[in-house]
Amino acid sequence: MPEKESDHDTGEPVISIRDLKKSFEGNLVLDGINIDIFKGENIAVLGRSGSGKSVLIKIISGLIKPDSGIVKVLGQEIDKIGRKELQALRTKIGFSFQSSALYDSMSVRENLAFPLTRNKRDLSNSEIQLAIESVLGGVGLSESIDKMPDELSGGQKKRIGIARMLIMKPEIMLYDEPTAGLDPMTSVDINNLIVRVQQQYNATSVIITHDLTCAKTTADKVTVIEEGKFLEPGSFDEIFSRDNEITRSFHDYNFINK
Amino acid sequence: MEPHIENIPIRRYVLSKKADEFFTGIYNVYQFIILFFKEAFLSPFEWKEIINQCYYVGVRSLSLISLTGFITGVVFTKQSRPSLAEFGATSWLPSLISIAVIRALAPLVTALIAAGKIGSNMGAELGSMKVTEQIDAMEVSGTNPFKYLVVTRVIAITLMLPILVFYTGLIGMLGAYLNIHQNEHTSFVAFFHSAFNSISFLDINSSIIKAICYGFTVGIAGCYQGYYAKNGTRGVGMAANSAVVISMFMIFVEEMVIVQVINAIR
Repeated sequence: MPEKESDHDTGEPVISIRDLKKSFEGNLVLDGINIDIFKGENIAVLGRSGSGKSVLIKIISGLIKPDSGIVKVLGQEIDKIGRKELQALRTKIGFSFQSSALYDSMSVRENLAFPLTRNKRDLSNSEIQLAIESVLGGVGLSESIDKMPDELSGGQKKRIGIARMLIMKPEIMLYDEPTAGLDPMTSVDINNLIVRVQQQYNATSVIITHDLTCAKTTADKVTVIEEGKFLEPGSFDEIFSRDNEITRSFHDYNFINK
Repeated sequence: MEPHIENIPIRRYVLSKKADEFFTGIYNVYQFIILFFKEAFLSPFEWKEIINQCYYVGVRSLSLISLTGFITGVVFTKQSRPSLAEFGATSWLPSLISIAVIRALAPLVTALIAAGKIGSNMGAELGSMKVTEQIDAMEVSGTNPFKYLVVTRVIAITLMLPILVFYTGLIGMLGAYLNIHQNEHTSFVAFFHSAFNSISFLDINSSIIKAICYGFTVGIAGCYQGYYAKNGTRGVGMAANSAVVISMFMIFVEEMVIVQVINAIR
């Protein structure tokens, strides 16, 4: 990863989480998560299935309320602000869903226009079309503009999902399993796209993944959720040089048994 | 002797699991309706989407409603004729048909078709959006999905059902006229003169009130089931199914209540 502009030493963290706890039907999923993520940082969160990785970014985006703890996003406590403030804050947060979550009753063009027409009502139709063409060109799918989501492959859906996130020029980008269910070649394309987007937008990224290649390529910091808690974040090499059973099994699965 | 702690039954439910779920469900629907009214009267209003939904509600059910309305009129006329003929009163057929169609059949038939066609569609569509995270995607893109998806659909069907009821009534009357004309050679003018003389302003008003109530019920039931669907594709099927069953049950309950109130006024 190339060196990027970061507020680590000077500014406030873009995302600040303190003692975050969340349980579902008595099952404690997140048990005291603490982390500060600064502007321009790209952090990958690894963990087993059901370890609460996706829950974490859903809490960051305000989709799920935490049981306790403080979650500050761009200086605002996400579960304490009102509906209007939350909606305004969400325009600065991009979310790429595992399932892509494209609106299947809308064409690609309408999918991309949707967040713009809802949140930037002063934009003219030609400005919206220009933004759509520009962002679609950026993800390399200009020719798919009038296709419906069910006409796209899994990789194309992921790209359109990322394009829909980018069209609002978010300050924070949350990726939920960006390479899940994709073949290795398409995964590489998606990883390269994420890196390109990070360089172009200088946004902060949180990447939830099982895929160590994705983590290594896209993140400058990696952490692991183990029994509801974060292991000390570090660079990819630091994390995997530690003597830890979880990281070792991740490494073995991804690079030896695969 | 002190009881062993493992032998003491743990009381997890206030009444029983099913009873608790039933009352919790009623409370949740109540909260859903309160939220609907809150969001419906708060700006920004989704006029464009309401008009889109009105168009879908009308177009989706028009052909089916035309067919069933026509058949209802014909069949009801055929079934009523022998009884009236026994008393030599077939000339009363237009009056009987108009009262039956306008007061009861048109609102009920239209509402039941709307429950089956539109309610199930709402349940399945929103359910599918829920389980594929499209509702979450809408929420994180700074849009209020409740307002955009639920409020617009409920308003659309509440507004459109009275129009569809009126249309069903006319088509039903047309079916009845064709059958009466074929058998009794009654003229078009004589039929409609006799038919409309028997209908009061209260009959038309009660039909409109029924249609509004049924439309709201179908909209709320369909959207509620879809909006809170879970368990993947199985949940989508269950949402569509529950939307129809609950709507139909509530339509009959409301029919009974409204008829009692209207009769008391009459």
